[in-house]
Amino acid sequence: MFEIFGIPSQALFGQLLIGLINGSFYALLSLGLAVIFGMLNIINFAHGAQYMMGAFAAYLLLQYLGLNYWVALIIVPVLIGATGIVVERLFLQYVRKLDHVYGLILTFGLALMIEGFFRNYFGSSGEPYQVPNLLLGGQNLGFMYLPTYRAWVIVFSAIVCFATWFAIERTRLGSYLRAATENPALVRAFGINVPRMVMLTYGFGVALAALAGVMAAPIYNVSPQMGSDIIIVVFAVVVIGGMGSILGAILTGFALGIIEGLTKVFFPEASNTVIFVIMAIVLLVRPAGLFGRTA
Amino acid sequence: MAETPALLAVDTLQAWYGESHILHGVTFDVRAGEVVTLLGRNGVGKTTTLKSIMGMVDQRSGSVRLDGRETIRLSSDAIARAGIAICPEERGIFASLDVRENLLLPPQVRPGGLDLDRIFALFPNLRERLSSQGTKLSGGEQQMLAIARILRTGARLLLLDEPTEGLAPVIIQQIGRTIGALKAQGFTILLVEQNFQFAATIADRYYVMEHGRIVDQLSNAELKTNMGKLHDYLGV
Repeated sequence: MFEIFGIPSQALFGQLLIGLINGSFYALLSLGLAVIFGMLNIINFAHGAQYMMGAFAAYLLLQYLGLNYWVALIIVPVLIGATGIVVERLFLQYVRKLDHVYGLILTFGLALMIEGFFRNYFGSSGEPYQVPNLLLGGQNLGFMYLPTYRAWVIVFSAIVCFATWFAIERTRLGSYLRAATENPALVRAFGINVPRMVMLTYGFGVALAALAGVMAAPIYNVSPQMGSDIIIVVFAVVVIGGMGSILGAILTGFALGIIEGLTKVFFPEASNTVIFVIMAIVLLVRPAGLFGRTA
Repeated sequence: MAETPALLAVDTLQAWYGESHILHGVTFDVRAGEVVTLLGRNGVGKTTTLKSIMGMVDQRSGSVRLDGRETIRLSSDAIARAGIAICPEERGIFASLDVRENLLLPPQVRPGGLDLDRIFALFPNLRERLSSQGTKLSGGEQQMLAIARILRTGARLLLLDEPTEGLAPVIIQQIGRTIGALKAQGFTILLVEQNFQFAATIADRYYVMEHGRIVDQLSNAELKTNMGKLHDYLGV
């Protein structure tokens, strides 16, 4: 046990860890939002609800079918991603060519309906979800105690973020996505089925939210409002990083989680507002966001 | 010439952008192996004709047959896979892709496209710029990239929209030689061109457009005797 700037190391690194955990979820969620916004031009306000659905799906699979965390980690993104594809086919394909406001209101309405549905059936108190046996326990690193599950969340979300970035920026399929973001009509005229690609992109973005939800289940309570609690911060992250920037969403997500954690140590009163203060400053200095391209 | 069947047969093609009715019944054909040029003043519907053939307008009617197969109800990706490729007027080079990615973007729709070695033989500059950002190229290089990337796909019919626009004379000559080489390799080319001097060096036949219709057609042999009429059409 030692002190840094008069703060005990356990407290400092503990908050840093919480910051990194939150940052992992910010990064995963803002990444999905950035991918969806880039390709569909939709501000997906249902993202928080889809994250919550991911957590609930994991909980329900365990309760009623006895399927454990690891199975949920694979099945839930596919299931919830599929509901996203249904939403894209039923609604978003028609509103995404209109002004942003239409997509925003539509997905906001969806989010309210989904949340209301879950609150009606499960109440708002929340349900616990056990940390999987394999990841129980933790390590005493001397300067802090590191629970294994939290280390797993940080490493795994970093891997998922990197893999997504790589797929979009460095592969053939990713070059189709980037090109279709710029000029969908021309990409389609080259023989690529752009509407199908748009549909699958939305499904993928939703699947990322659901994956984050599964990972969050053992850390936060599984509750209907868990999505709306986090989504406002995530939107601030996206704005700071720059709408539609993949790398920006990832880096800003992790960085703001850490900044938020450190603020809790050094100036706890500001910890709930620091991200929005940063957002205001970034918007004044760089309206397109830190990593945003000005068109 | 008349006995060669039409590769592309356009019949009373009409097209709309939103409420604006742009094409009012365009009828012409292009035979396999030909270079055909659409001439006309600005705003008569030449670019819209190419986009309509490609299915890139809001609404279209009439008939566009490729090798006898009707394509008027197909989406533009299906038309591309049927074997037509477009090089748009604004070139459509993607800023978020490097030159290699731009070049490899259009998928191969049928066998028989040019391989990269043959493409680099036509456009040697591109080989050295493969890792540059697409839009960092000069205008001439961007135009070459825009043509080069549709040669890989195996499409037999190329739609080139004003490939010489805004380019230096030496680049225009290079593009002219390239189109000649492509013709020699069996490509069929439908060209939109404002630069009549340029078109005269490479085209087999010309159609003249006015107000969203074809109003005249000429073969290269008829060109000299009809210069006065053409100047009236084009207002030059």
